[in-house]
Amino acid sequence: MKRAFEKPAMALLSRCLTHALNRYRSQVVLLALLGCGTYASAQETFPVNGIADPREGCFAFTHATIVKDAQTTLQNATLVIRDGKIIAADPGAVIPKDAVVLDCKGKYIYPSFVDIFSSYGLSEAKRGGSSWNAPPQFLSNTKGAYGWNQAIRSEVNAVDLFTGDDNKAAPLREAGFGTVLTQQPDGIARGTAALVTLATVKENKAILREKAAAVYSFDKGTSTQNYPNSLMGCIALLRQTYLDAQWYKSQPAKEGVNLSLQAWNANQQLPQVFEAADKWDVLRADKIGDEFGVQYIIKAGGNEYQRIPEMAATKATFILPLNFPGAIDMEDPADARFVSLADMKHWEMAPAEAGAFEKANIPFCLTAADLKDVKQFMANVRRAIAYGLSEQKALEALTKTPATILKAYDKVGSLEAGKLANFLIASGPIFSDKTVLYQNWIQGNRYIIKSDGWNDIRGIYTVTLTPGNSYSVEVRGTASAPLLSVLQKDTLPGRIDVNGKLVSISLPLAKNSKSSIRLSGIISGNSWAGTGADTSGNLVKWSAVFVSNTTEKAEPIKKEPAPVMGALLYPFNGYGWEKLPKQEDLLIKNATVWTNEKEGKLENTDVLLRNGKIAQIGKNLSAGNARVIDGTGKHLSAGIIDEHSHIAISKGVNESSQSVTAEVRIADVLNPDDVNIYRQLSGGVTASHLLHGSANAIGGQSQLIKLRRGQNAEDLKVANWDPFIKFALGENVKQSNWGERNTVRFPQTRMGVEQIYTDAFTRARDYEKQGPGKRRDLELDALVEILHQQRFITCHSYVQSEINMLMHVADSFHFRVNTFTHILEGYKVADKMKAHGAGAGTFADWWAYKMEVQDAIPYNAAIMHKVGVVTAINSDDAEMARRLNQEAAKTIRYGGVSEEEALKMVTINPAKLLHVDNRMGSIKVGKDADVVLWSDNPLSIYAKAEKTIVDGIVEFDRDNDLLLRKRIAAERNRLTQLLLSEKKKGTPTQKAAFVADEMYHCEDLQGGHQQAIGY
Amino acid sequence: MQTAMKRHLILLGLAIGVHTAYAQETISPALPQDKPVFLTNATIHVGNGEVINNGTIAFSKGKITAVGNSVPAAGSDATILDLKGQHVYPGIIAPESKLGLVEFESVRATIDAREVGEVNPSVRSIIAYNADSKVINTLRSNGILLAQVTPEGGLISGTSSVVQLDAWNWEDAAYKTDNALHFYMPSLLPVASSGRGGASSTDRLKVAMDQVEQVRTFFREAHAYQQESKHAATNLKFEAMRKLFTREQKLFIHCDLVKEMLIAIDFAKEFNLDIAIVGGSDAWLIADILKQNNVPVILTQPHSLPVMQDDDVDQPYKTAAQLQKAGVLFCLSNDGFWQQRNLGYEAGTTATYGLSKEEALTAVTLNAAKILGIDKTTGSLEAGKDANIAISAGDIMDMKSSVINKAFIQGREINLDNKQKQLYEKYEKKYGLK
Repeated sequence: MKRAFEKPAMALLSRCLTHALNRYRSQVVLLALLGCGTYASAQETFPVNGIADPREGCFAFTHATIVKDAQTTLQNATLVIRDGKIIAADPGAVIPKDAVVLDCKGKYIYPSFVDIFSSYGLSEAKRGGSSWNAPPQFLSNTKGAYGWNQAIRSEVNAVDLFTGDDNKAAPLREAGFGTVLTQQPDGIARGTAALVTLATVKENKAILREKAAAVYSFDKGTSTQNYPNSLMGCIALLRQTYLDAQWYKSQPAKEGVNLSLQAWNANQQLPQVFEAADKWDVLRADKIGDEFGVQYIIKAGGNEYQRIPEMAATKATFILPLNFPGAIDMEDPADARFVSLADMKHWEMAPAEAGAFEKANIPFCLTAADLKDVKQFMANVRRAIAYGLSEQKALEALTKTPATILKAYDKVGSLEAGKLANFLIASGPIFSDKTVLYQNWIQGNRYIIKSDGWNDIRGIYTVTLTPGNSYSVEVRGTASAPLLSVLQKDTLPGRIDVNGKLVSISLPLAKNSKSSIRLSGIISGNSWAGTGADTSGNLVKWSAVFVSNTTEKAEPIKKEPAPVMGALLYPFNGYGWEKLPKQEDLLIKNATVWTNEKEGKLENTDVLLRNGKIAQIGKNLSAGNARVIDGTGKHLSAGIIDEHSHIAISKGVNESSQSVTAEVRIADVLNPDDVNIYRQLSGGVTASHLLHGSANAIGGQSQLIKLRRGQNAEDLKVANWDPFIKFALGENVKQSNWGERNTVRFPQTRMGVEQIYTDAFTRARDYEKQGPGKRRDLELDALVEILHQQRFITCHSYVQSEINMLMHVADSFHFRVNTFTHILEGYKVADKMKAHGAGAGTFADWWAYKMEVQDAIPYNAAIMHKVGVVTAINSDDAEMARRLNQEAAKTIRYGGVSEEEALKMVTINPAKLLHVDNRMGSIKVGKDADVVLWSDNPLSIYAKAEKTIVDGIVEFDRDNDLLLRKRIAAERNRLTQLLLSEKKKGTPTQKAAFVADEMYHCEDLQGGHQQAIGY
Repeated sequence: MQTAMKRHLILLGLAIGVHTAYAQETISPALPQDKPVFLTNATIHVGNGEVINNGTIAFSKGKITAVGNSVPAAGSDATILDLKGQHVYPGIIAPESKLGLVEFESVRATIDAREVGEVNPSVRSIIAYNADSKVINTLRSNGILLAQVTPEGGLISGTSSVVQLDAWNWEDAAYKTDNALHFYMPSLLPVASSGRGGASSTDRLKVAMDQVEQVRTFFREAHAYQQESKHAATNLKFEAMRKLFTREQKLFIHCDLVKEMLIAIDFAKEFNLDIAIVGGSDAWLIADILKQNNVPVILTQPHSLPVMQDDDVDQPYKTAAQLQKAGVLFCLSNDGFWQQRNLGYEAGTTATYGLSKEEALTAVTLNAAKILGIDKTTGSLEAGKDANIAISAGDIMDMKSSVINKAFIQGREINLDNKQKQLYEKYEKKYGLK
């Protein structure tokens, strides 16, 4: 008070005003203090500065509609709480004498929500210590007795790092949340998450469970360590860590103390939560879980609705985010061209995810995670409801389900005696868009979200002015946003402004009158009173008395039908199936059949495909039930097999961090949505050998797939296939073209490359001899398989010295190099390759792209073939793979290979190299029905694949392709119009933008690229 | 220090040793044509769409003297080649290449294609053209006899020149020097700033538009500079623009997307330039506009993937036919340098997807000559033009039948050997395959 008078300006103020101002100041202080003074009982160990203020916080909320849980709604019920806990919640609850009673007539009470995927109260992990041009980092930078990999942070406990943060808590509370499972979202193993409330109490009281779950992901986060730098590397690291942790239980002396593994093991007791980025990551995570007997609770990415049966098969409980993709601005057609149909469809369908999960009976929680602004949360829940989610399920997904899977349903998730006093008071059903959320109570502490409307003043009143007249006035609208009008012959709209119990109103007396009666006063129950000014500005007293309820009818809640959406597509791109096709029996009549067998080329021949196999070859075959395809004037060949491909791979084709990464598997990272599957089918490709890249001497395990458009990753794989692995030699392996900072990884010379192999296989041999109790090493397991001819090598190679070298290494360890790929100097050592038993998969005519290809010649394939090496022509390139038949034809041009032998280089020869020539690669009874009907001689530039058939299914058909184009155009147009109308409605939009498809060549270290050709 | 030097010298010695091990160095450019040559009984693909069956083509002193079914009889001094069953084509022209500027893509020391700086109109590719590049001979043996050698980098990267592929040095090779100045349009592709679903980065587009404006300003200043003959300080960059404004030189604008091409057309109008678009992946979307404005297109690499995942799977294959149908003057090109040897096959693909075979041939011969500004002397087999001729046992656009038996550049019969054939022969001997 004294300070105020020190200011001369203050001295001019009236005494009365000064008092008022000072009271305002102390009010501000009080507000700040209220944050600390809470109803949860004080902590015994904490000293009190001042007078102890123990309170039990006993409240009774009467006459409310209490929704105890999604199944139970009680009318006219009472909720009683004390000491931050629920005492009772039922219609006949006894109101304790010391309870503060709050009348909640007309209001709804719900349990506060639980968000199971939050990082509330945790600071963001920082990436430290490494700049872009730093040299490679082979080991963890984490100091202490922890594990080797920086991305395995199982020792991190959110509870140790947790500090309450009211700024972050407030918006969550406003969205309805009371409790969150919080984690530091950093690393592949993220350690444990803590279950905490959003009350502004000391952390000691806010923490409900210190370690409530363990969390994992495929994202290495802030780790500066090189390994892993691909998705398949992340998966391999997880797998190996499960094994290492198992082994660590035996207290191996060799390992010493490893706090990361120790924590990993301890964390296994907890619910295991896995953050997946999309539907395929969900399946990847679930697969790892299956391998190690873990059922993850899976945080979804938002596009899982595209594969509901697969999601259901995981048996997981899901955590569904609600960050639906924003509308795209399609106004500029030149830019709109760069928005894919898949992205437009995802925009349309994403809000239907939760509804789809409910329909399929897949258990799930909802989370506000991933939302840019948590304020959007309730609106998005409503959107999910509009798209098919039931309100009951929505409530369950925000209360009981998360509480139950965290084993905390005894504490939160419903309104039952004994549970925390975490509840919401709302003006109506919680998910109705008219409903106002008034208060969120957490651990018995009240947080006011909106006070307007708490007192419902709607009704018809008689306002009497003294001196003056009486007026009939109606207050309508909503409780929190009332509207006022004067009831006369013409109803005149006035104004009302309510602030707690204070009210100010203005009453016009005539239509379009500029002056009105202005009144200000207080609401005391059904009678109001105060002072004001009449239209002449004279001071008046006034009062208002409630007469009757308003005549306004409550607007019936319109339930809009769920939006009608376009069809799901398999794969989810423009060229997907609306319904996965069924195998059919087909008879191709009267074609020129290139058998690749001793029968050679058969003219005017029929081929019958039945049950996915080639059933009969001959003339005038009877069709039976088979669909007949006229092959007159056309050519039928076996499907093209690309021995070296990198299509349909997600998030990295190279685990380039170490020289030996035999543990990583392409099989883990297939991307069935890649549009290149369709594009290559249009070029007659039916199977592709998906290889790891060539960044290291021993790369990852490869995967042979068939181009079964629309199937999931597992069903793309060719079953019962001899496993293969990628090796690489030369410039890529020794990092010749990686820039100046990459000069420290061993090896940097071809001499070193040889030693990498010798060392790896020596280690593998010793490993195999180790007795019981050995640490299972997935890298060495793969190498042991090679030693036993149970896994086969495809080796990227260029110059003769290195080719010789690897064959020598193989000889000395008694295994065989199955295939040399690229092998551009194979012609120099073809005799040695033949003697060794190695095959070749090469380019037709590539050269001059780097130093080690200076002696590459287009005659290479012809020479190797003539010397007797099994030779294939392959692509390593998504574009070239579409015309491998033409690349094969170049061996006719360069080296005079016969047409039939040339065709074999992309059919039966790669089948031989991949050990599947007993079922693919030629037209022979009993083999897989993988065939291509060509418009012309398949070796001619003028030949088009008209039909490409895989396992007896017509996967590509040039006539059907025309229909697909029309469908794409129509669907694009439909969605474009929808997006345009969305913009017109005022929905915020984001600019149309191009997103590159994932595409790789074997030397790509990071992303792929759309058109350019890599080294 | 001295030891280090020594090691370098040893390495250098080794490198030379490797190169001289092969006989490539003995493949000499041919001597000028001394006798008239008559190619008879051939299927002559003129290059302008016409095919002459059983025809004769005569050339003398480097020039074609007669083509047709009734060519005057050869004199006694003439060489007569009976080409029964064989096909005669104009030499294929690679209209866009790094040939002779790059030897190994990954080895910096062998790359002379990209100069420092954003605006370099005075830089000339012909200066760095290495007539001894081992790559050149591998093109000739596939019937590619001329190429435009193009600099890259920055916005205005310099001038290209057209070379004939049988030369002792770049001066010999020069067929038309500085035929075009090259403008690489900054990309106007709207790219998401943060992955799928992210907003596009407006800054990036703004930078691109600013760069375009920078080039426009440069052109305006260059034009103004040329209105005054005397300058206290000579500006070589402005000087280098003279022929452009007199339309003696063309402006080749490298761009692919609709908005980029519209800017290119606007450029041509503002400065009254003779332009061509190089790239043109999306040219099919504005074929009519290109036609209306008489803007030709050097269409890049039919053997490409579609731009967008929703595009027709064969879009890059059929773009040529769409341009043909709209009446746009276009030719086909291929990226890179060694890849040029496949240009004929790229043409073949466009014939599979909508062009007639002769139209496809025109797209790598006469149309290329027109766009490069050399059609008065080459591009088709017509009297008066240079005898730039490839003879193939079969269809030159189909790899299964294309075997180039002979080729002539300006009437000189060139040596079709190359390093790769020699290595082939060497190893055929090793394995007794011959």
